[in-house]
This record gives sequence, C-alpha cells and structure tokens, in this order.
Amino acid sequence: MISANLLTLAFFSGGESAQSGPLDVNYGLILWTAVTFIFLLVILAKAAWKPILKSLNERENFIKESLNKADQARLDAEKLIADNKTSLLKAEDEAQKIIEQSREHAEKLKSQILVESKNQAKKMIDDASLEIQRKNAEAFSKLKEQVAGIAVDAAEKILRENLDKEKQIKLVGKYMDDISKN
Amino acid sequence: MWTTDTTVVKDTLQAAAGKQDTGWILHHVLDAHELELPFIGSVSLPQIHLFGLDLSITKHVIFMWIAAAILIFTFIKVTKSYKKSLVPHGITNFVEVLILFVRDEIVKPTIGHGHEKFLPYLLTVFFFILTCNFLGLIPYGSTATGNIAVTATLATISFCVIQIGGMMKNGVFGYFKGLLPHGLPFWLIPIMFVVEILGLFTKPFALAIRLFANMTAGHIVILALLGLIFILKTAMVIPVSIAFALFIYLLEILVALIQAYIFTMLSSLFIGMAYHQEH
Repeated sequence: MISANLLTLAFFSGGESAQSGPLDVNYGLILWTAVTFIFLLVILAKAAWKPILKSLNERENFIKESLNKADQARLDAEKLIADNKTSLLKAEDEAQKIIEQSREHAEKLKSQILVESKNQAKKMIDDASLEIQRKNAEAFSKLKEQVAGIAVDAAEKILRENLDKEKQIKLVGKYMDDISKN
Repeated sequence: MWTTDTTVVKDTLQAAAGKQDTGWILHHVLDAHELELPFIGSVSLPQIHLFGLDLSITKHVIFMWIAAAILIFTFIKVTKSYKKSLVPHGITNFVEVLILFVRDEIVKPTIGHGHEKFLPYLLTVFFFILTCNFLGLIPYGSTATGNIAVTATLATISFCVIQIGGMMKNGVFGYFKGLLPHGLPFWLIPIMFVVEILGLFTKPFALAIRLFANMTAGHIVILALLGLIFILKTAMVIPVSIAFALFIYLLEILVALIQAYIFTMLSSLFIGMAYHQEH
C-alpha cells in the first residue's frame, strides 16, 4: 500500500518548485487520507452497507415474491371460475337430460295407461253384451216354455169346454189378453 | 471556497497594493494549517511532525473527517431505519435512491457477475467523494477532493482494489497473462506487456488528475471572476462578476455530482475489466 502510494507520488511531485502550489503533494495528507478512507470503508462496510444492501435485497425479493404470488392467485382464480362455468354447464345439461327423460317416461306411461284402460273398457263392454245376449236367450227360452205351457193349458181348457167357434175366438182372445197382461 | 469576504478583500488589496501576485486565489484553494470559522476567524491547527513526515492535521484533513462523520452518522441512521421497517422514510428515501443508483446503474452493468464483493468499496468512494465535493461548496468549507494528495490516494486505493480484484479472480499469473490480447505475434509480447503494464498505472493517474482538476478549476474560476472587480477597480463589473460566479457555482454543484459519479463509474469499469478478462 505504502509502496503504491510512493509510486503514485513519483508521478505527482514532478513540478515542485514554488513553496506552495496546487500540484504540491503533502505526504502527511496522503497518510491521513488513506487512514480516513480505510477507516470509513471498514466502518461503513460493517455497520451500513452490509445491513442496508441486505435489507434492499430482502425487500426486492419480497416484492418479486408478492408479485409472483399475486399472479399465481389470479391464475388460480381464473381457473376456478372456468371450472365453475364448466361444471355449471354440465349440471344444466344434466338437469335438461333428466327433465327430458322424465317427460318421455311420463308420455310412455300415459299412452300405456290409455291403451290399457281402453282395452279394459272394451273387454267390459264385450262382457256386458255377452251377458245381455245370454240373459236375452235365457229369457226367450223361459218365455217359450211359458208360452208353450199356456198354450197347452189353453188347449186343455178349450178341449174341456166344447166350444163353438165364436166362443173359441172369444176364448182365444181372452187368453191372448191374459198373456199380454202377463 | 466562499471563505470570508473580508479575507478576499484584504488579500486582494494587498495584491493590488504592490506584489500583484495571484497568491490570494490559491490561498483559498490550497490546504492550510488553520481553519476559518464563522464569527471566530482563523483557528490554528496542530502541526505534527513524526518520522520525518509532516503529519499535521490540516484543513483538508478536518474536512475529510467531517465528511466521514456525516457519512457514518447518516448511514447508521439509515441502517436503523431499515431495521425498523423495509419501507423507506425521510432521509432513507433520499439515500436509497443514490445507493440503488450506484448499485444498479454503475456497479451492476460494469462488473456484472460478482459485483457484490466490490459494492462496499465503490459505495464508500462514491459517497465520500460526493460529500467532500459538496463540503467545498458551502461557506467556510474547503474541498478536500481539490487537493492532489487526496485524489492521488483515492486513485491509489482504487488501483489496489482493481489489481487485487483481478488477481483474486484470475490468479496472479493468469491476471498478467490475461492483460495481453489473444492471438498476438510472439515478438510483440514484450512490447505489449510493457504497454499494458503502463496502462494499469495511467488509469488511476487519470482518475486522480480528473477529480483534482475539476474540483480545483471551478473554485479558481469563481475567485478569478470576483477578483475581476478589484483588478478592474470599478463597481460596474460587480453585477457581471456576481452573475458569472453564481453560474459557475451552480455548474460546480453539477460537477460535484458528476465527478463523484465518474470516479465511481471508471473505478467500477476498471474493476470489471480486471475481473472479467475474457474479452
């Protein structure tokens, strides 16, 4: 250090002639400058530069991190929104499908019930008409029996009572009335 | 350099009375064994002579100490404020701008990778020169950086930092080998080696002369402009002198900033060149 100082001095102390000029070098001042500066450098490096630069770096890192975090959060939120939208669409689709399905089902059920009831009604009508026919036939056969019985009775009475033609007609008429009254 | 007006007048009258020398200008630029204080006047400083060296505490030594004290006080305050909160307040805000300027605009681009090691030195140099420059601009102040012994010492320290930085990165032999450009014809090597070694010394030499000349010239010009009044012996020139002196003074504020910047910038550049020799 001192030898370097002396080396530099060799350059600067050339024009020394007057008792004091701006280019004169005061050796003591060189020493004082070196001592002061190195003292200052050591103190500031220890007490100031190290913690200040550390704090500045810390703050820069903090800002960088915060920005990154904010960016990440924004991306996440966007993703979330997109997810929500798709799931909403999906749910709507599903609901639509369910409604469609149930409508179809109901339609099917309705037509089925309709057909069934129609069939049943038809069957009931058929049954009823069959029953009517049967009853009719039964009634007719009973009537036939009765008419035959009455006719036999009437013939018996006619045969018993010797009747003339007039009386016969009257009788027949009378019996006919009876029949019709019955 | 705006030392007491009465002193200027007294010196000027003496100069006008007989000798007609220019000593009164240099008297305010040069170092001195007394300190001029407001209201008190001249105060003699102790003169110390040790081991055949004049180790007197001169005016410039006092102003370097004032600069050092201001810097230590300010930066310890700033450090405390950073410990309290990472958000800068008050003076921290102002100082932080300068620190970040030195770090991001000067040191990082010129040294690049590995600049952290040199940051404390370059920051100290920047703030020390800046404070010394501005102390010369206040009344009763004196510019320590306008003394060639001071700038030469600062340049020598820069020189040491440059060489040691280069040698620590590339090794002592590798550093000197790296001084020579690649692909040099072998007979040119001795010549180029001498040229490059000389180049190592001219760089800090230029640093020292530049700072010294810039800080001295402004003061000499201001004093010369004011001296014009007494040399021409007319009051007519007073407005012109004052206006020009004020202009130069404003220019000096700019120069004070620029010289601190340039010294730091060039030191940083040379460190970068010694540290990364591959180009």
